[in-house]
Amino acid sequence: MDDRTFNAEITEVPEEVRVRLTGDLNGRADETLANAYSRVAALGPHRLSLDFERVGYINSTGIALVVRLLADARRDGRKVRALGLTDHYREIFRITRLSDFMEIVEGDAV
Amino acid sequence: MTALTRPIRRLLGRREATTEPTESPRATSIDRPPAPADTSVAIDIPESDPLLAYLQAASGPVDLARLELDSPAARALRDAGVVLVVPLVSQGELIGTLNLGPRLSEQDYSSDDRRLLTTLAAQAAPAIRVAQLVREQAHEAAERERLEQEMRVATLIQQQFLPRHLPDLPQWQIAAYYGPARAVGGDFYDFIEMPDGRIGIAVGDVTDKGVPAALVMARTHSVLRAEASRSDSPGEILARANELLVPEMPTRMFVTCLFAILEPATGRIVMANAGHNLPYIRTDDGVIELRATGMPLGLMPGIRYEETAGVIAPGSNVLLYSDGLVEAHDPAQQMYGFPRLREAMTVDDAGSELLDRLLDELHRFTGPDWEQEDDITLVTLRRASGVADEPGWPDTPADQAAAMAGSPILTAFSIPGEEGNERLAMDRVAAAVEGLGLTPARLERLKTAVSEAAMNAIEYGSQGRPEVPVEIVVQTTADAVVVRITDRALSGPLPADAEAPDLERKLAGEQKPRGWGLFLIRNMVDSMDVTGDGSTQTVALTMAREERIDG
Repeated sequence: MDDRTFNAEITEVPEEVRVRLTGDLNGRADETLANAYSRVAALGPHRLSLDFERVGYINSTGIALVVRLLADARRDGRKVRALGLTDHYREIFRITRLSDFMEIVEGDAV
Repeated sequence: MTALTRPIRRLLGRREATTEPTESPRATSIDRPPAPADTSVAIDIPESDPLLAYLQAASGPVDLARLELDSPAARALRDAGVVLVVPLVSQGELIGTLNLGPRLSEQDYSSDDRRLLTTLAAQAAPAIRVAQLVREQAHEAAERERLEQEMRVATLIQQQFLPRHLPDLPQWQIAAYYGPARAVGGDFYDFIEMPDGRIGIAVGDVTDKGVPAALVMARTHSVLRAEASRSDSPGEILARANELLVPEMPTRMFVTCLFAILEPATGRIVMANAGHNLPYIRTDDGVIELRATGMPLGLMPGIRYEETAGVIAPGSNVLLYSDGLVEAHDPAQQMYGFPRLREAMTVDDAGSELLDRLLDELHRFTGPDWEQEDDITLVTLRRASGVADEPGWPDTPADQAAAMAGSPILTAFSIPGEEGNERLAMDRVAAAVEGLGLTPARLERLKTAVSEAAMNAIEYGSQGRPEVPVEIVVQTTADAVVVRITDRALSGPLPADAEAPDLERKLAGEQKPRGWGLFLIRNMVDSMDVTGDGSTQTVALTMAREERIDG
């Protein structure tokens, strides 16, 4: 597995479930991200944090996967926030208006 | 250790005679480990293997059976039947080993044997080191000679195809300069006599250097000459030359070429451009960059080349040049660049006087220790003052600047039309524009736009088929980067977004989650233009090299 292979690692921390994403977020991440959300849903947290700190590349299909996850989370009454986005991807989350529907946490993922 | 152990392997063949001179190799039992009686055992010891440091520090022969070291190389030696390793150390450096199998008498190596081997190693090591150095130097000298010979051949080919005489035209002052770099590139220029006294002028540059570039240059030169005898349209000549060159072009090579046809009597000139540097013309109104677009020769078939026509007014000067001039660097690694050349063209001189001045200015810029990085070709034509005047260039400089640039190529490559390669395209474009001074934010936006456009080209243009390539050309002008992504349009024209992506509707399930590609591209670059001719489609992404400040 190289550093571009997408992976999602789930950890429970107080008040939320955190999903640490690594690799490239593109069409190939589809199944991994969908499975990750299913596992999060089974844990039933009030809030889900996506940690993008180790994601080096997100394309439009990756954005679509985030949109789908966000739609699922909203359906389930779950808040979503994004941690560790670079300046560039924060800009993309802003122009796609994803940042209007999920909290974007700047700086270190706390 | 690989290079160092190689000479030792030969020595091992003689080793048996030295260590066991009285016993026959045939005494070897088939039940014993593979006996090295008349074979050599050469194991390369990686630098990371602890055995290397151990042998370096050892004072004499090392008994592998007693060696307690987690070493893959030691295991490999044991497996090969080696029981004793004698380090060969010269001036503190381990230069090889003598690897000995079991004694044929089946007895252990005695103290006397070990002393003898230690003495032998101490005497042999310096001699072997000397032999190694002699061999390395001989190899380097042969390699240097081979390269120099190749450069001589390349130069010979190159010069064979340069014109021996410049056209002698009344009312015109013509001069040309060709300065090869040490590693000869593939520059060329040519003047071709055409019917009715017209002159065809070609200036080109083959990617790559040395003999391969010289051979492609020679072939391009011949093809252009042949096609110029069949057509009087520069665009057609380049298009036909391209069709002939595409199937012959070696991988990762292409040719940039500007082809112009001049009517000396009227000053009328028509030109077409296959990705070459745009010529400058000095007029009474200033210096203009003449624009014409087109892909380099040899990249893909079916390319059309637009033509630009105008009249060189009396007293005006045209300069055609290769990138060896504008891409020369000073000691601080600053590039000479287009703005300096354009500024240099404002002076009213001509012919060899102009060329000498340009080269002097270049040498002042690069400094005395400069080693020329690429071939430099300059061709200049000046129409004498006072001859009958006709309307000049149809476009003002501002109009021309607004036109799509057919500008110098930073890189041109193709990717297989298979999902995932958009990432490759993105990385290669990013590497090509490195050094243009884009801010990190603008570079990231360009990368995203390239990745998205390449992904569309793969999905729609190639339908995901690896054998249907996507071509990418990165060009630069003084103030912008232009990335042109051309696909084979297998699915027809790029589908425009049926509707702008609306996140609220997507979250509500009223729009599909996908559909962000074109939206992202448009938001990332300063402009996106799509052109197509039915068989190919090109998306041109333009990004200003510096942020435009609105308002």
